[in-house]
Formats: sequence, C-alpha cells, structure tokens
Amino acid sequence: MTTVLLVLVTIMATVVWWLFRQTINVKPWVERRPGSELQGDVAFSLPSVKVGLWVFLAVATSLFALLISAYYMRMAGADWTTLAVPQGLWLNTGALILSSVAMQWTRVSARRGQINGVRSGLIAAGVFTFCFLAGQLWVWQQLSASGYFAAANPANAFFYLLTALHGLHILGGLWVWVRTTAKVARGAEVGAVRLSVELCTTYWHYLLLVWLVLFTLLLTTPPRQNSCSPDNFAVCGPTR
Amino acid sequence: MVIAIAIVLLVVGSVMFHIMSPWYLTPIASNWSTIDDTIALTFWVTGFVFVAVNLFMAYCVMRYRHRKGIKADYEPENKKLEGWLVGLTSVGIVGMLAPGLFVYARIVDVPKDAAVFEVMAKQWHWGFRFPGKDGVLGTVDARFVSDKNPFGINPDDRFGQDDVLITSPELHLPIGKPVKALLRSIDVLHDFAVPQFRVKMDLVPGLVTHTWFTPTRTGKFDLLCEQLCGVGHYVMRGKVVVEEEQAFQEWVNGYPTFAQSIAQVAGDAEAGKSLFAVCAACHGAQAEGNPAMNAPKLSGQGDWYLKRQLVSFKHGARGTHENDVYGKQMAPMAATLADDAAMNDVVAYIKTLPDNRAPVTLKDYGASSKNLYATCEACHGADGQGIQAMNAPRLAGMSDWYMVTQLKNFKHRIRGAGPDDRYGPQMATVAAVLADDQAAKDLVAYINTFK
Amino acid sequence: MSYVAHDETDFARPAEIEEMELYHPKTFIGKYIWSQDAKVIGVQYSITAIAVGLVALVLSGLMRLQLGFPHTFSFINPSNYLQFVTMHGMIMVVYLLTALFLGGFGNYLIPLMIGARDMVFPYVNMISYWIYLFAVLLLMASFFVPGGSTGAGWTMYPPQAILDGTPGAQWGIILMLVSLAFFIIGFTMGGLNYVVTVLQARTRGMTMMRLPLTIWGIFMATVLALLAFPALFVSCIMMTLDQALGTSFFLPALVSKGQLLDHNGGSPVLFQHLFWFFGHPEVYIVALPAFGIVSDLISVHARKNIFGYRMMVWAILIIGGLSFVVWAHHMYVSGMNPYFGFFFATTTLIIAVPTALKVYNWVLTLWRGDIHFTVPMLFAIGFIFTFVNGGLTGLFLGNVPIDIPLSKTMFVVAHFHMVMAVSPVLVVFGAIYHWYPKVTGRMLNDSMGKFHFWVTFIGSYAIYYPMHYLGFLGVPRRYYAVENIDFIPQSAHSLNVAITVAALIVGAVQVVFLYNLVWSYFKGKPSGDNPWQATTMEWQTAHTPPTHGNFGKELPVVYRWAYDYSVPGAQTDFIPQNQPPSKSTGGNEAKSQ
Repeated sequence: MTTVLLVLVTIMATVVWWLFRQTINVKPWVERRPGSELQGDVAFSLPSVKVGLWVFLAVATSLFALLISAYYMRMAGADWTTLAVPQGLWLNTGALILSSVAMQWTRVSARRGQINGVRSGLIAAGVFTFCFLAGQLWVWQQLSASGYFAAANPANAFFYLLTALHGLHILGGLWVWVRTTAKVARGAEVGAVRLSVELCTTYWHYLLLVWLVLFTLLLTTPPRQNSCSPDNFAVCGPTR
Repeated sequence: MVIAIAIVLLVVGSVMFHIMSPWYLTPIASNWSTIDDTIALTFWVTGFVFVAVNLFMAYCVMRYRHRKGIKADYEPENKKLEGWLVGLTSVGIVGMLAPGLFVYARIVDVPKDAAVFEVMAKQWHWGFRFPGKDGVLGTVDARFVSDKNPFGINPDDRFGQDDVLITSPELHLPIGKPVKALLRSIDVLHDFAVPQFRVKMDLVPGLVTHTWFTPTRTGKFDLLCEQLCGVGHYVMRGKVVVEEEQAFQEWVNGYPTFAQSIAQVAGDAEAGKSLFAVCAACHGAQAEGNPAMNAPKLSGQGDWYLKRQLVSFKHGARGTHENDVYGKQMAPMAATLADDAAMNDVVAYIKTLPDNRAPVTLKDYGASSKNLYATCEACHGADGQGIQAMNAPRLAGMSDWYMVTQLKNFKHRIRGAGPDDRYGPQMATVAAVLADDQAAKDLVAYINTFK
Repeated sequence: MSYVAHDETDFARPAEIEEMELYHPKTFIGKYIWSQDAKVIGVQYSITAIAVGLVALVLSGLMRLQLGFPHTFSFINPSNYLQFVTMHGMIMVVYLLTALFLGGFGNYLIPLMIGARDMVFPYVNMISYWIYLFAVLLLMASFFVPGGSTGAGWTMYPPQAILDGTPGAQWGIILMLVSLAFFIIGFTMGGLNYVVTVLQARTRGMTMMRLPLTIWGIFMATVLALLAFPALFVSCIMMTLDQALGTSFFLPALVSKGQLLDHNGGSPVLFQHLFWFFGHPEVYIVALPAFGIVSDLISVHARKNIFGYRMMVWAILIIGGLSFVVWAHHMYVSGMNPYFGFFFATTTLIIAVPTALKVYNWVLTLWRGDIHFTVPMLFAIGFIFTFVNGGLTGLFLGNVPIDIPLSKTMFVVAHFHMVMAVSPVLVVFGAIYHWYPKVTGRMLNDSMGKFHFWVTFIGSYAIYYPMHYLGFLGVPRRYYAVENIDFIPQSAHSLNVAITVAALIVGAVQVVFLYNLVWSYFKGKPSGDNPWQATTMEWQTAHTPPTHGNFGKELPVVYRWAYDYSVPGAQTDFIPQNQPPSKSTGGNEAKSQ
C-alpha cells in the first residue's frame, strides 16, 4: 500500500496546500467589496472542462496506484510466476508514443490556427491509438494461445486486468477523439475544436505516462517461479 | 427548553445505566487484566467528556433560549479558547493512547516459553492440534486435506507424525502456563474468540496467524467464531476447558496422533457379521431399519458416522437423557461391543449390506420446506447425501420417521445438549430454527424427494 | 456544458464572463425526468435514495425481529437473516447516505449556495443520476435471482463471499459487485461536477472562505469519495474475476465442503486492505457533509455566527486528509502484521482532536446564542448528543488493546450506528425540515415534525446505547441466534427484546415523516422566500422554489461571509451574503480590524 499512500498523500497535499493558500490569514467575517483584492475570489484561470479533466486524472491516478499496490502485495504470494513480458508490447508502446506525439503536433497546429495540421494530426493520433489497441488485443491472443490464461497465475491475471483497464481508458478518450475528428471533418473552425484538442492531448499524454509506468512495472518485476510446492510451505504452514 | 431537560435526563440515565447494568465484561480468565484496566481508564476519560460536554450544551440551550429583545453575541472566533480546548483534548488523547500502546506492546510480544498448539477452523467446526512428543508441529497444506487427513498434515513430514489431533470442538488447556495458539483455516475467514480470555484473532486461509495468553482460572468457557463465515456462522462454537496440568495431559493422551489416525485399520467385515447378529434383532438382517422397533435404517449410512454414534452411545455421550427413550435402549447395545476394533468390524459389515431406500412415510410438505432446507444444505449437501468433511451424515433415502424424532430431540435439547456430546450442540442450535413439530415433518417430507 | 467564451486569452474571473448557456427544457419530461437542472437531479437523487433506504429500514426491522424474538418467525432463517444484514448495511451506507448527502443535498445546494446557475457539466450530471438509478435497480434485482442476494456482510470479505455456504454466492454477489461498480462510475461523474463547480462557478465575491460550511463538508467529502471509491472499484473487479473466471486475487488454496478448489496463493487480507482503504474514508464521506450541514443549522437557528469558522474549515481539511491513513484500524484482528497496530492506533486517535474541536465549536455557537427551538434546531441538538456519544466510543475501538475484546461484538454495531447512522440521519432530517420550504415553497408541519423528532431521537438512543453493553458482555454480531452460550444471561435476551421494540417504534414513526412530506407539499403553510431569515445565497433567490437558472437575470454579488447573524449595530439580526456594505449595516468591519 506504500505506492498508493505516496500517490494519495501527494494528491491530498496538493489539495490541502491549495486550499490552505486560499484560507490562511483570511478573516472571512470582514466584509469587503468584491474586486478589492479578495483572496480566493479567483477560480483557476482555466476553462472548467480542463479543471474537470485534471480532477478526473487524479481519480484515475488513484485507481492505477491502487492496482499497482495490489500488484506488489500479491507478488509476495507463494504461487506467483512472473509473466515473461511479451515482445509485442515494445511495438505497442512505440505506437502509443507516436500517437501522443501526433496529439502534441495537433495541439501545436491548433494553437497556430492551422486546420490542416489539426486534421492530419488528429487522424495520425487516432490511427496510432487504434494500432496500440489492436496490438494489445493481439498480445492477449498470443498469450492465451500459449496457455497463459488469467486463472492460471496471478501475474497473468494482473496483466490482463491492468491492460484492460488502461485500454478502457483509451477507449473513453477515443470517444472524444471521434467527436472532435467528426467536427473537423465537417469543416469546423480551429477555434471550435481547440479546447477538445487540448483536452485530448493532456489525456493522451497522461495515458502514455500511465502505460509507461505499467510497462516498467511489468519489466522490472523480478522473475520468480512457483515456490509453493509440496517441498516448501513457507506460506502454507507453521514455520519452525 | 424541553430538549435541555431531555439532554440532562439522558446524561443522567446513561450514567445510571452504566452503573447498574448487569451486562458488562465477563469475569476475566487470563493474564490480560491490563486490557480491562485500559478500558476502565478510557471509560473515566470519555465518561467525563460525555457528561461535561452534554451538560454544558444543556446549560447553553436552557440559558440562551430565544427571548424577546435579546440578541445573540457576535464573536467570530476565540483563538485562545480554541487553543486551550485543542491542548486539553490532546492531553486526554495521549493519556488514553499511551497506556494502550504499552499494553499492545505486550500483546504482540509472545513469550519464548509459550507452549504452541494449533487451532484449525473450517466451516463450521473447530479442530485442534498439539505438537506431540517432539514439541514441533508438522507442516500442513490445504492440498493434503482428505477424509483420512482432515488437518491436511504433510504425510512426508516426520514432525507431523506424532502430532495429536483433536477433531472435537472442545479444547483443553493447562492453567497458569502461557500458550501460543497458531491459527489456521482451510476454507474461509474465521475468528478465534474467547470473551473471558479477551483474545480475538482471525483465522485466514493461506496464512497462519497467532495469539497468546495465559489461562488463570479453571473452568469451561465458550469459544465463538466471530468472523462471518457463512450460514452456519452462529453455530460455529466450541468450548475451552482450563484445568490442572495433570488432567490436561490425560486429556491430550486420550487422542490419537496423526500416525495412529492414518494407520487405523479398516474393520473386518467377516468378523463384524457375527457381531451384527445383536443389531439385526432390531435394525433388521439387512440393516434396513424397523419402525416397529424404533430402529432406523443403517445401510448406506457413512461408516464414519456409524462409528461416531457407536462411540457416543458406548461412552454415554448419547442415550443418557431421561427423555431419550429409544436412545437409552441403544446405549447398552453399544456397550456389548468390546472395543474399537469390534466397532470397526460391525461398521465394515454394515457397509457390505445392500442400500435400499427406506419406505417413505411422509409425503406432503409445505412451501417453506425447500427454503428451510437451505440451512441444512450447507452441511448435509444439496441432495442430502451427507458430507464427511462437514461431519454431516446422509439424509436422503434414510428412515424418515427417525429423522423427525431426532429433529424433535435436537430441538427440545434431548439430544445434543449432554456435557460430552461434542458434535450435537451445533445441530441442536440449527434445529431450533424449526418453529414446531409440523415444520420438522414438512422438512423431512421434502428430504424424501431426494433421489 | 459549452461556454460562451472559448478564447483562452480571456479567462478572467468566471463570474464576470461566464454566463452559462443554460439548457432549456420544453416538455414535462424534459423538465422533470430527463432533466439537466441540478435542483431536479438533486430531488431525483433524494427520492430514490430515500425509497431504497426504506427497503433497508424494513430489512433492519426483520433483523431486529429475529434478534428480539428468535424462532418466532418461520420466514426468517439463518440464510435470509444474513441477506438482510448485508443488504441493510450496503444500502444504508452507500445507496442511501452517500447518494443522499452528495447526490441529493450536493446537487440541490451547491449551485444555489455558491451563487451559480447550475453545475458546470449539467449533461454529465444527468447521466450520473441515471447510472445511480440503474445501480439501485441492479441491487434490487439481486433479491430475485436464484439463491437470492448476497449474505456475505456489507464488507463482502472473500473467500466466503464467493463460496458455497454463503447465501447468494453465485448471482447475488455478482449483482452486488456490478451494481457497486456502476454506482462508482455514476458517482465519479457527479463528483467531478461537485468539485469543479465549487472551484470554478462561485459567483463574484464568493471566496472559498466565504463558503457556508455545508459546501465545505460536501466539497471535501466529494474529494475523499473521488479518491477512495477507486479502491472499492478495483476490489469489485478483482472479486468478480475471482468468482467468474476463477482467478486467484483473493483466494488461496482452500477446501470448501470437502472439495479442493482450483485457487491458489491469493490473499484475503489484500481485499480487506483495499476494502477499508475505501471503507474508512467512506465514514467521513457520510460524516463531513453532516458536519457541514449541522454547522449551518445551528448557526441559523441560534441566530449566531458559527464559532471558529476557520478552525471548522481546517478541521474538515485535516479530518479528510487523515482519513486516508487510518484504514487498518478496522483490521487489528485480521491477521495483518501486528506491528501496524501501533501506527494505526496513533493516527486514529489523532483524528479525535479536530473532531472534538468541531463538537466544542458547535456547542460554543449555542453559547450566548439566541436559540430558536425549531425542528431543524432540535435535530441539530440531537445530533450533537448522539455524535458525542458515538465519537467517544470510537476512542475505545481505535485503541488496539481495547478493540481486541470489543471488535466484532455488538459494541461495534452500536458504535457505528450511533456515529454514522443515527447522527447523520438526524442531520438529514434536520436538513430536510430546513430546506423543504426552499424546495417546495411550503413549510413542513411543525407538530408532526416535533413528534417525529422526539420519537426518533429518544428511540434511537434507546436502541443503541444499551447495545454497547451487550458488546462489553461479548455478544457477537452477525449471529442469527445467541442462545446456548454460557456467558450470555437470560437478562441479555430481555434487553434484546427491549431494543427490538424500540427499533420497531422508531421504524414505524418514519411513516409520520413520509406523510408529512406528502401532506405539506399540498397543504403546508406557504413559506415565503426566506422563512428562517438565513444569510446564505439559496435563500436570496427571486423565486421559491427557485426557477431554472436560480438567480434571475443577473448573478448576485457576494460581499460577506455566510454567518453575519446578530451583527452589532445592524438593523436586522441577519445580513444576507449579497447585501452590499452600507453605513446602516457596517460596524463589523471596523470592529473586526
């Protein structure tokens, strides 16, 4: 649970720090006209959707941090057999990085008001993202074809669970992507999609970051073999 | 106004209730009197706060109730007052926490000389294991569990061979010696709790947890499972008997070691045949049962169950209650079997007899019977086939009139309430679910529908 | 959810530029069913939550019947008893209290109290309600599937939750887990709204430190919920996989009914960590809104500013922060590393300090107040009394050595009912009596309200105070029957009868409350815009009930905090937040500086 604690402490610390800055040294019972330097009168200088996205990212971070904590705790179980990381994941990681780069390109284009750049950037990002998802499905198929079923070992189960949840988050992002791309395809102005593009970019970068963390987790899990055989009862019986 | 009086009355009432309550901690029977002291201390501190805060509130409510022409004070905050209150509260908190942590430090520190034994739980029974002469418990694993090896002891571990196995839910412990209980479950979470010892710890499948204490008072105490473990949670009970060292040793020596229990020879059916002649007089030549003689069908019943009943009758755990008319008839019959081997032989012979369905005498059952059977199903199986692991005998196709009698006996505590009956109390508690005799008949009529 | 202003160079203060494009319903269905108006959604949430809460109330009555009069009712057997226990607990904690405080009060009050037109994402808000309703229906469906609903306890500890021998181990538990997952998804949508609305949509002059404590409580509870619910979400998914696909997240090798199952190496304790990582903040998710609301009730009806507002805000922040590092105090006897006990006992008892401060400040608000014994005030005073009692028994359970004999007994049941059932529910009632006039334009009937209060308050104290003593005795919880246990005397059974009678009376009296809700809707005394003469923004609307958009043509401007009651020199004993400073009301400015 250390991981999740660290993450949550960070999030809570941010929340409390921000609120504290708002509240310290304010005597709220003193009446003042608005505008005469009221502390905390100002909302974030961001559109609400962006604030909403950041709050959602905090929730998603909590979710993945909890999963990673559970992963570490379950790893101590005697029956853990680390999954050999499928090589295909490297390819998929590449695709996801490219999609993130394409999103960044879209964002830059949107800032510069170049609708063509936005169009091609969005399409490229979408294609790479679909490649990533297809690649993940392909890795799943390969794994289950070679007998790595979810029920066979907790390491496999965690692999499927982590990739599935990450994939679902990406699907959610793709929904916004579809709407944005459709708008562009119908010939919308840059200004009409700029916010959506920025939201998508942030979200894509975030999911790339999550994926890199998960991938590193899979790569750095020490290889270990099933140790709870009838000769070894470290966990299964009283120790002497 | 009324609310202020009500608050005062509630405070006074609560304090009076506390003082006069006949319900309080059970008299302690272990070394953990420091736990009781911590509780007493906490009671003083919290009791003071409870009375002080609420009476002050009642005073405020009374004194500052709305009256014409009076305005409330305007005071946004008072840092000094708040600082004092925080400070005093912190002192109170430290005053309760610090002693608590000291006591807890002793709880986690198991003495080196504590005698180790094991508590093994499964739905919904307690079992116990003592290390035997070598003083070391053998290794175990759920994967070794079988009818012959209910504890799942590793058969290849030499340390396990002399472990003494106690399959009944009654645990004996010597007085005045620290003991460390290793706690283990083979199915779901359970919890080892003896209120008089002030100990409580979960039994977690896949882990071995522990707790320790020193019994300080002889007597018989209730052992309860206090972690929800399924339908039978409320009947998962046991007893802990604290006695002098010598009596304890005798008790332990009365139980078989793992090696002995594995080695128990199967009975000789040939030898059993002649012994069965006595039984046949009532139970019939084929052990098919005879309602006229009040003798139930035996054929097809689990041999482990028949053996257990023979032992119970012979040793007075069953058939001793004054109202158990037919049980009293059986007791002297069981006594004719000279020893363990004789019982094994008879049981082995019964096993060879044809298993024909007993005649059905009860047919119509109420709509609720099926629902009622849900409670039985957990132990006796979905088809009433009986499950040895649950210590539950077969019901399907057995003498129905006999089951009705036994359900009534259990319900009215004619069976399952004797001091030596270790398996019966559970069934007695379950049978109490039946509202009346008709419910017992309905239930058995439903059991009759099983193939 | 679209904004007039999209040009990012022009993001100044929201209130100055952000007139939301409001959604305009045309039909009845658009207005009251598929509504995007937070007020309607709030009412929808409240009605659904109260309806499902009534089911849970009936279940608790059945449980009490069994405990008070064992073997009298043939339709209560051990297995459906456990189903009653489980469904009662889960419904009350999650589907009633969480949904009512955040979904119900949050939706209704946040936009009104901060001076906004609506939530910032009204469409998402609407979806949130419908997902919640779907989750409720899934849960109710579990009563009717083969095997019935789950009987694993609201904690749903594996392995027993998904093994034979527990009621509803096949369909019931799956429906419960899926329903919870949907609840969490729906809640996250709503929660994002509440947080972002408080951060972004406050009207001009409404600084964070001018927010009423109700909003602070709901805001912090939502933050906690957003961060804590993922833990439940994760454990729900993992347990569903264990049940349906045979994975071994939580299940070690085990033998069920004599059969070795195909699981291996899993850790039941891991589930408990995840569950309580959600479960403890959940306590505060219910408690913080109650803290906030009760502060406002006391202040309004005692005509006095809340004492130590800043301390109250910081206490909410500190309690919220600490609530993430105390979860394992539910697990002192779970078999986790025993040394964790030292850490968690310490953090747990530290929480008592800010909590105690809140209690002191409530009482000090009454001190030198001008207390009107309105029904909301009675409920608020009742709350302080039961909360002090429940909070103090928490000090028993938080301290490890005391928890050992008391955990898993009726003491725990009594404690958490006192602190997170009776207390918050008293606040809920107080809040409904307080805000019903704003929602409907009519007052609730006073006599019925007082009758409801007295029976509920005294009755529920009579249920739970004696129950602690059964716990001291050692009477275990979740037992279908406690007979044939030597240390439980006959008198304890008599006490159980008394508790059951009290519980049935309290349960029955809620009918009066429901009747009052309906009766007053048609026949109640018209309330006017501000019947309690309160300062906060929801009472300053142009119409009562407020129309869509809340504040008429122009958003109000806020000049003062929410607690200007009985200000020296002012003509009235309250000054609404949006009243500009003037010579006649001034005086406090000079005084405070």
